[in-house]
Amino acid sequence: MTATPAVEAPELSGVQSLTFAKALTLAMADAMEADNSVVVFGEDVGKLGGVFRVTDGLTARFGEERCFDTPLAESGIVGMATGMAINGMRPVVEMQFDAFAYPAFEQITSHVAKMGNRTRGRVRLPLVIRIPYAGGIGGVEHHCDSSEGHYAHTPGLVVLTPSNVADAYTMLRDAIASPDPVVFMEPKKLYFSKAEVDLDALRSRYDAAGRLDRADTVPSGIGHAAVLREGTDATLIAYGPSVAPALAAAETAAAEGRSLQVVDVRSLVPFDDETVNAAVRSTGRAVVIAEAPGFASMASEIAARIQEHCFHSLAAPVLRVTGFDIPYPPPRLEKHFLPGVDRILDAVDRLQWEES
Amino acid sequence: MTNHPEFLNHPGNAALKAGSNSLQGEYLLPSTDAVRLINSDGTAHTGTKYKETYALPDAQRLLQGYGELVMGRRINEQAGALVRQGRMAVYPSSFGQEACQVAATMCLRGSDWLFPTYRDTVAVLGRGVPPMEAFEALRGDWHSGFDPLEHRTALPATPLATQLLHAVGVAHAAKLRGEDTVVLALCGDGATSEGDFHVALNFAAVFHVPAVFLVQNNQYAISVPLIHQSVAPSLAHKAIGYGMPGERVDGNDLAALLAVLGSAVDRARNGGGPALIEAHTYRMEAHTNADDATRYRSAAEVAQWAPRDPLLRLEKYLHDAGTLGSADAAGFAAAAEETAKALRDGLNAPTEPDPLDMFRFVFSEPTAQLQEQGRQLAAELAAASTEGGRP
Repeated sequence: MTATPAVEAPELSGVQSLTFAKALTLAMADAMEADNSVVVFGEDVGKLGGVFRVTDGLTARFGEERCFDTPLAESGIVGMATGMAINGMRPVVEMQFDAFAYPAFEQITSHVAKMGNRTRGRVRLPLVIRIPYAGGIGGVEHHCDSSEGHYAHTPGLVVLTPSNVADAYTMLRDAIASPDPVVFMEPKKLYFSKAEVDLDALRSRYDAAGRLDRADTVPSGIGHAAVLREGTDATLIAYGPSVAPALAAAETAAAEGRSLQVVDVRSLVPFDDETVNAAVRSTGRAVVIAEAPGFASMASEIAARIQEHCFHSLAAPVLRVTGFDIPYPPPRLEKHFLPGVDRILDAVDRLQWEES
Repeated sequence: MTNHPEFLNHPGNAALKAGSNSLQGEYLLPSTDAVRLINSDGTAHTGTKYKETYALPDAQRLLQGYGELVMGRRINEQAGALVRQGRMAVYPSSFGQEACQVAATMCLRGSDWLFPTYRDTVAVLGRGVPPMEAFEALRGDWHSGFDPLEHRTALPATPLATQLLHAVGVAHAAKLRGEDTVVLALCGDGATSEGDFHVALNFAAVFHVPAVFLVQNNQYAISVPLIHQSVAPSLAHKAIGYGMPGERVDGNDLAALLAVLGSAVDRARNGGGPALIEAHTYRMEAHTNADDATRYRSAAEVAQWAPRDPLLRLEKYLHDAGTLGSADAAGFAAAAEETAKALRDGLNAPTEPDPLDMFRFVFSEPTAQLQEQGRQLAAELAAASTEGGRP
């Protein structure tokens, strides 16, 4: 491809205070810079920069062929991305909101997830489907679903969800570099959260072509959970939007004399059994926290896996703190739905301490 | 690459815009009659005016096409026999629709892409896919048997209309890279009711991609006749709603198909954008071997279509024109018989799909969980083979 006239973006480097959204933008911009087969498209991602501004500046910098708006049809966005990936591109597409991704579900489940398998690995689809998900922003109906379970349940999809600014950058770059299709779930309540990150250090993980430099000691965001807080009494296992309340609960518990470990799952598929099992075995107690309704959910899967793998290390049944089994509530009621510090600590209290 | 405003003002779009609105509308609408160049009795069709002038393909091209029709018919007959003998899980036959199958491949170059459906096995073979690779999915050994990238032919789509969007994506990627690839996407009349048909045609038109959509209107979606799918004046009329030209063609007239499809492919290659073509044909056999067509249509109706057969029509025309000699006919028959034999031999040969393949290709590298599940199945298989029971 010929070079596009680039509008030079003010180049950020070194230690920066970034929002979660900006880290995602930089991840896409850096990937686009490294590899001109990376293209970004979706609804309102061009001039507007996305309804959450995650694609802000990409069209101005890379041109309207590298970051562009599509007609308003999610199956079209994912279907076209599938074809472009067949023909050598690395599309990164945006679904505007979790529930608005459902029209693309057939494309995702019947084609994106199955292409590698049905072609015996001859056609891999290196594409990323970014989905803002979950609640906590006072969103109206159809804007706050935790839909990760649908994708995690579909064999063939990598499903990732970052919980902090540094992971937003590295996990999205890892997703773009992946040879397999990735559903990238972005907790929308974190978009405007800020943290200091060392961009040079994060960028040094990738080679000039944008691929993860395997010599780097930092593991890929794909398939690796992270222990975010050490603790000895019980393990809280959370991901995406539920990591912050888990960390807050651990902080409160520490003040009350109880030491809670916090694991961020990060990669729902592939699932990092090793890290989760080791963590739970070290404490003997576990609470799994997720916003999605608990019935037949990711949280249920994690709890089941822990009990299969760690039964003899457990001093108490694994508990789940999840959303209720109801459609996502209206804005004024969502505070009663979301797993918060109190509900997490109540579950910790129920881990049969008196019997140990 | 050009930037966005330029590609919205693509030469093809500009050409359309050059005319007045009414002329543009006329151009987007299909001809009043389906385009036909050779009548079902094998005589040249004359006197009907179409919106474009479609020239009869030259004798050599028609002769080549006839050979491909002979091949296609033999494949359909042989596959039908083999599925009745239990050698394949299923065969959706294109018996009677071979002209569409042949035109689809004859109008493409090797560097172009074809997106077929489950009924388009003859077209897949026409793209140079070895017979046994094309039939692997139908035999039930795996979901596919050929490399789509090598043959620039997508795996036949089973869900309806979803593959049309992949065709748009392949075409858009080719356009961004400045390649002169044209993508031909096939679907049936039933698929035009699906949402993705609408989305794909709209995306194709908005992005002005080099894609051609060929609807093989064979009158039935399993048991449901066209009147229950659509009451549009014709399926080709849908094109104007997307801002692309539509055309109707006699789908049993290979000459007309080559002319109409060829024109659309050339136009797409030259930057003219997408087009929708509706070919009127008829599914002479049941939906698949598992279907019973006598429950929903009469033998008399099927019999009406027999004289419109694409193979007989072209044979008569070429014979009368003195183009088809007995040596040619014998050559075509021998080539078709060779393929039929390859199918028989291939499908009669025992195969043993490897159960552990189920875990190998889900991801580029099997996850720890899939490796574990693979080991579990391997242990079960080993126990079954040595002791005939549980480990």
